[in-house]
Amino acid sequence: MSIIRYQSPGSSGLTGVDRWNTLRDELDSLFELPFWSNFQRQTQLFSGWSPALDVYQNNDNVVARVELPGMRKEDIEISLHDGMLTISGERKSEISEADKAARTECYVGKFRRSVSLPTQVDANKVSANYRDGILTVTLPKAEEAKPKQIQVNVE
Amino acid sequence: MNTLVRENRNGIQQRPEQYVMPAANVREDGDNYILQVEMPGVNKEGLDISVENNELTITGRRSLPQIEGTCVHRESRPDNFRRAFELDPSIDTGKIAAKMEQGVLTLTLPKAEQVKPRKITVQ
Repeated sequence: MSIIRYQSPGSSGLTGVDRWNTLRDELDSLFELPFWSNFQRQTQLFSGWSPALDVYQNNDNVVARVELPGMRKEDIEISLHDGMLTISGERKSEISEADKAARTECYVGKFRRSVSLPTQVDANKVSANYRDGILTVTLPKAEEAKPKQIQVNVE
Repeated sequence: MNTLVRENRNGIQQRPEQYVMPAANVREDGDNYILQVEMPGVNKEGLDISVENNELTITGRRSLPQIEGTCVHRESRPDNFRRAFELDPSIDTGKIAAKMEQGVLTLTLPKAEQVKPRKITVQ
C-alpha cells in the first residue's frame, strides 16, 4: 500500500474490499455529518451511481443542476417527456484491468435521473451547459405557466 | 431561560466550517501513482493542494453561479471539499503534477528514482 487514506490508517484498500470500504465510509459518515444531510441524501450503496440533482424555479425558468464530474459532453443525454425531465449518461472507467488500483470510490457506468417539472415548460427553448463537472439545464416556462399580474380596476 | 436558548442558537451558527469528503481513485501506473478526486463545481482557482510532513491535503472551494429563484428540490451539499492523504515516503513530492478537468482533479505522484525497479546488466 502506497497511498493510504489518512482518516483510517489501519485499513487495507484492496480492490475486492472496496464495497466494504464504501459501506464503512457510509457508516462512518453517520457519525461525522449532521443528521439532515444523511436523511436527505439517499444512499448509493445498492442503487449504483445516483448523481445529486437540484431544481430551482423562478418567474421565467425552471433550472435543474446535476453534479456530473469527469464526464464527456457527448455522453450526457437530456430528454423531456410529459413534463418529466430525464438526464442520463454513462461514464467509462479509465482504469484498465492491468492497472493496479489501490482504491476506487468514484462511480463508473450508467446513471439515470428523472424529475417531474413543477410547471409546463417550452420544450423548444431548453438549453444546457456543462462546466466544472456541473450540468445546468435551463427550461423556460411556457407562457401560460408564467405568473401574470392582473390589473383590477376598483370602482 | 431566554438567554440560554439564544446562546445555544448562536453556538450552532458559529460551528466550524463543514467539509465534504470527496470520492477518490488511486491507481499505480508504471512510474507514477495517479490520484483522482471528484469535486464537482470546483475550478482551478478554488483548489488548494498542499504537502506537509508527507501529508497531502486537498481543499476544493465551489464557485457555483447562484441560481435565481427558489429551490424546489435539493440533493447537493453546499459545503466545500477537503481530504487528506498520507503519502508513501517513496513519492517524490517535488514533482507532483496536477490537472483539473470538469470537476475531477488528477494528481500524478511520481515515484522517486531510487525506488524504481532497475535492471542491472551483468558485464
